[in-house]
Amino acid sequence: MEIRLERRPTVSRRINISVRILAILFSLPFIGLLFAAYGVNPVDAYLRIFTGGFGSPYGFSETIVKTLPIGLCAVGLTFAYKARVLNIGAEGQLIMGSIAATWVALYSGLPQSVITIIMLLAGFTIGALWALLPAVLKSELNINEVIVTLMMNYISLKLLDYAVTGPWRGLTQWGFPQTDPFPSYARFPVIGGTRIHYYTLALLLVSTLILYVLMKRTKIGYEIRIVGSNPEAAKYAGISVNRNILLVMLVSGGLAGIAGVGEAAGIHGRLIRGISPGYGYTAIIPAWLGGLDPLGTIVASFFISGLMVGSDAIQVSLRLPSSLVYVFNGVILLFIVSSEVLARYRILFKIGGRKIWI
Amino acid sequence: MDIAASILAEAVRAGTPLMLATLGEIYCERSGVLNLGLDGVMTMGALAGFAVTWLTGSVWIGLAAAILVGGLFSLIHAFTSISLGVNQTVSGLALAMLGTGVSSLLGAKYVGQPLRDRLPILQIPVLSEIPLAGGFFCHDPVVYLGMILSILMWFILFKTRLGIIVRAVGEKPEAADAAGVNVYFVRYFCVFLGGVLGGLGGAYVTLSYTPGWREGVMMGRGWIALALTIFSLWNPLGSLIGAYLFGGVEVLQFHLQEYGVPASLLGALPYVSTIIVLVASSLGLLRKKLGAPAALGVPYRREG
Repeated sequence: MEIRLERRPTVSRRINISVRILAILFSLPFIGLLFAAYGVNPVDAYLRIFTGGFGSPYGFSETIVKTLPIGLCAVGLTFAYKARVLNIGAEGQLIMGSIAATWVALYSGLPQSVITIIMLLAGFTIGALWALLPAVLKSELNINEVIVTLMMNYISLKLLDYAVTGPWRGLTQWGFPQTDPFPSYARFPVIGGTRIHYYTLALLLVSTLILYVLMKRTKIGYEIRIVGSNPEAAKYAGISVNRNILLVMLVSGGLAGIAGVGEAAGIHGRLIRGISPGYGYTAIIPAWLGGLDPLGTIVASFFISGLMVGSDAIQVSLRLPSSLVYVFNGVILLFIVSSEVLARYRILFKIGGRKIWI
Repeated sequence: MDIAASILAEAVRAGTPLMLATLGEIYCERSGVLNLGLDGVMTMGALAGFAVTWLTGSVWIGLAAAILVGGLFSLIHAFTSISLGVNQTVSGLALAMLGTGVSSLLGAKYVGQPLRDRLPILQIPVLSEIPLAGGFFCHDPVVYLGMILSILMWFILFKTRLGIIVRAVGEKPEAADAAGVNVYFVRYFCVFLGGVLGGLGGAYVTLSYTPGWREGVMMGRGWIALALTIFSLWNPLGSLIGAYLFGGVEVLQFHLQEYGVPASLLGALPYVSTIIVLVASSLGLLRKKLGAPAALGVPYRREG
């Protein structure tokens, strides 16, 4: 018997989706081993996670609440990753968006009627600007954007820390590292009985659709795909690689910034040190899991958000640390990226004279 | 010891974890594999070192465990990037997340525990009395090991046949293969070595520099080491300069606090410096027309 890898002639959508589902199915037992190492029954843990995230109206609404920031970041990231610009900085871009929103809400003195729209614009702009430096360094000096965006994340965390412990520390907050609450007109309304802030929800859906159309139906999307798959060919075709790097970074940074506005104005109603429990990092997973397709990414964001809500639930009931979510992220990402081999290649078994492909 | 020497000594201690991780990453990248998971590898080493020292009461067994765990953990990345040939950036990122997550999951019970054994300090007679330069010679064995390794690894990489093989695999894997070199084995070995030194560097943080385990203890040192790999132009001797420079930045951060600069803003100093260093080294690379190893990040597949 002989086993060989052969490149698939074409990669169908069906194969792409089934390979990803397979990756999820294979990663769950691995995380189960870690549960076991921690002295927790894996089956019990998974049941609690899934019922926690999807099994009740409350869990379901909380899953949507988390889908808002994760989805906004992830959809933006698909755009960047399609162009093979590996923006890992959504976390920092989100934090900067929340800082911008806080300034507008508490210190700008703008009239009530325009405050919401200005918060969103400021969040988008600051998020985009925070992505601009790594973009320019990549396009002009060929500096690895992964390292720079990560450094920008650390820097934004320190700025956030400075803001909430220093000049912006709330006078009415008993010394907690957070600002005073936003005035009611600077808070995003929610769907009754839930924490779903629907301005952000609407923006998530609209931006997903826009990016989907942009990616599939326009010249911009075509150029981005070429830049990502074959930069040399792009240059010969007269496509500016640098301009596309800037574009995708600005868009993904801006959307992450809006996610930050949503967290500050829709969830906490103030700026707090823990404004993001790693949403920007978590968003990397659904971007890949969704096959770098905005629609697939929204579905994947919902799924990952559910895992996150469920993990929160077992953190309390089984007393696990909050870093559990990074274990999920790491294992799932590892399996997704490995499973891409299965999407690109098929395994050929030669038994006697017969050939079998998988 | 005079004040200048003691500040220098602090910088050397702060730079040691960065130096060890950078040395390992240099070999890894010289062989053609980019391991962006270094921060996760270091964190795993940091936990393994601390936990095993706590369990056995011996810092030496702790260091050995850190080395082993770092090496084995990075083999995950070796498998995906060398055997499967997947996108190394994404695989490395996954490893970084995994290392952070697994170590804080398994390390929760060690938070706040005391360090049960310490590395001995070896004052080198005469040398440690020299003004200023004495700051290099008043440390524990791991610091000296870092210094020795940077010279030894430079020698091996540039002056021996083994080094030629490693560099050939990272520059022209097809040619190395044609000359009878097992490209896969060399790359696996270099990734493993990178993990060993990353694990050791991580353990130095929890066993000596800031004794104790807590979540987020690595503070992005693995990412800084990745930048230092570029700064050193993939030369082990360069890591000596880069790491101690960054050790100096870390020490500066504490001393500036005394002048009333907010700690949170000073905390951003290493990360701002990293970006500055990346820009400076890229400009230098452009001017000297130098670059990363030609096959860095490119999976190798044998024809046929």
